Amino acid sequence: MQYHTPGNFEDAVSIAAKADGVTRFLAGGTDVLVQLRADIVTPDVLIDIKKIDGVKDIAREGGGWRIGVAVTGAEMSEHSELEAEWPGLVEAMDLIGSTQVQGRATLVGNLCNGSPAADSVPAMFAAGASVSIIGPNGSRKVAVADIPTGPGRTSLEKDEAITAVHIPARGKNGGDAYLRFIPRTEMDIAVVGCGVNLRVDGDTISEARVSLGAVAPTVLLVQAAADAIIGTSLDDAAMDALAAAASAACNPIDDKRGTIKFRTHVAGVLARRAAKIAYDRARASK
Amino acid sequence: MSMIHVTTTVNGDEVEFLCDPRETLLDVLRDRLALTGSKEGCGTGDCGACSVTVDDRLVCSCLMLGAEAEGKSIATVEGIADGEELHPLQTKFIEYAALQCGICTPGILVATKALLEKKPDPTETEVRYWLAGNLCRCTGYDKIIRAVMDTAADLRKAS
Repeated sequence: MQYHTPGNFEDAVSIAAKADGVTRFLAGGTDVLVQLRADIVTPDVLIDIKKIDGVKDIAREGGGWRIGVAVTGAEMSEHSELEAEWPGLVEAMDLIGSTQVQGRATLVGNLCNGSPAADSVPAMFAAGASVSIIGPNGSRKVAVADIPTGPGRTSLEKDEAITAVHIPARGKNGGDAYLRFIPRTEMDIAVVGCGVNLRVDGDTISEARVSLGAVAPTVLLVQAAADAIIGTSLDDAAMDALAAAASAACNPIDDKRGTIKFRTHVAGVLARRAAKIAYDRARASK
Repeated sequence: MSMIHVTTTVNGDEVEFLCDPRETLLDVLRDRLALTGSKEGCGTGDCGACSVTVDDRLVCSCLMLGAEAEGKSIATVEGIADGEELHPLQTKFIEYAALQCGICTPGILVATKALLEKKPDPTETEVRYWLAGNLCRCTGYDKIIRAVMDTAADLRKAS
């Protein structure tokens, strides 16, 4: 295995494009190294992107945020301004793994690993986050919601790398939340995850985005669930419609963590609870 | 197989080593630097027995390559005591018998030291969540938690 530490993303993708065999980009390594150790994926070329300028930065960008690809969960949780604006996103990232894993794990790693149960991904879907991508054919900016294509698969082309995550401006009267169900309190993989991001005008929801994790081959953005609460004050009827829409969007598997029936039901329950938290946050915000 | 030359700092001392790019920091610490305090339990970041700090950030040394240590400052369990004088956490762990087989203990000591430096007055719940990634199959955790809480109280009194 070759190990490279390029100083910029152009060099990183150029190394990838010239490489023979299996290539992996390395940031936190909490998936790449596990796969390496377990002989699931043995890269021939490993490209460590942490020496590239800006990859550890959380910076303001047009009222929103630009989060570098090597920023860890621990660094996000310690960033009080980011957490004040996007508590759901920060909490979702913080749910992943242990303190030790938080010291290394990144948003982009969670996204590129392609798990439908990734905790930070539904929160990024709900937030309307996008990513910058560089590759042999130039650069592009893509919605996070367009990245996952199946379990372990993404829409990234060969030798492309994500160079930054973009979180939109929070704007006024907005709030987000992410909840997941696991059978214990910590250190587990989501049986169901749900992200909600919304904006209020007085007591009425004017915009909403609802996402679900671990209930389909990819994380889902559920427009019908958002539509169920837009224009409402999140009254009981709106909650019922939201839960029904969330459950209806589910296409889960039966596995050791949960049955199809259970996951479908819990998706509705979490959607209600996450929407309530996001709604309360939005009304409390300025 | 080309080896990588790495210069890093371990427990305050500058060290150099050559490693295979596939070697983890844990492999390097144990097999090249003879620092066998950090243990391998799972090798996949689940058990925390290999916990070290890298630039004051708690990580699993099994989930980091040795090559990534270039220019970093690593702290392991071997650096916790001051010569023959044990760190207050170590003394309390003995007092409370907060260990049996001892495999998890180095990782737990490194993890709790990092916690108390960041948060000198943690609640029991905070300690338990902080240590959620450090598995212990002997103690049932209670003695560990009590030892940590008591150390934190003593350190606050002393400061």
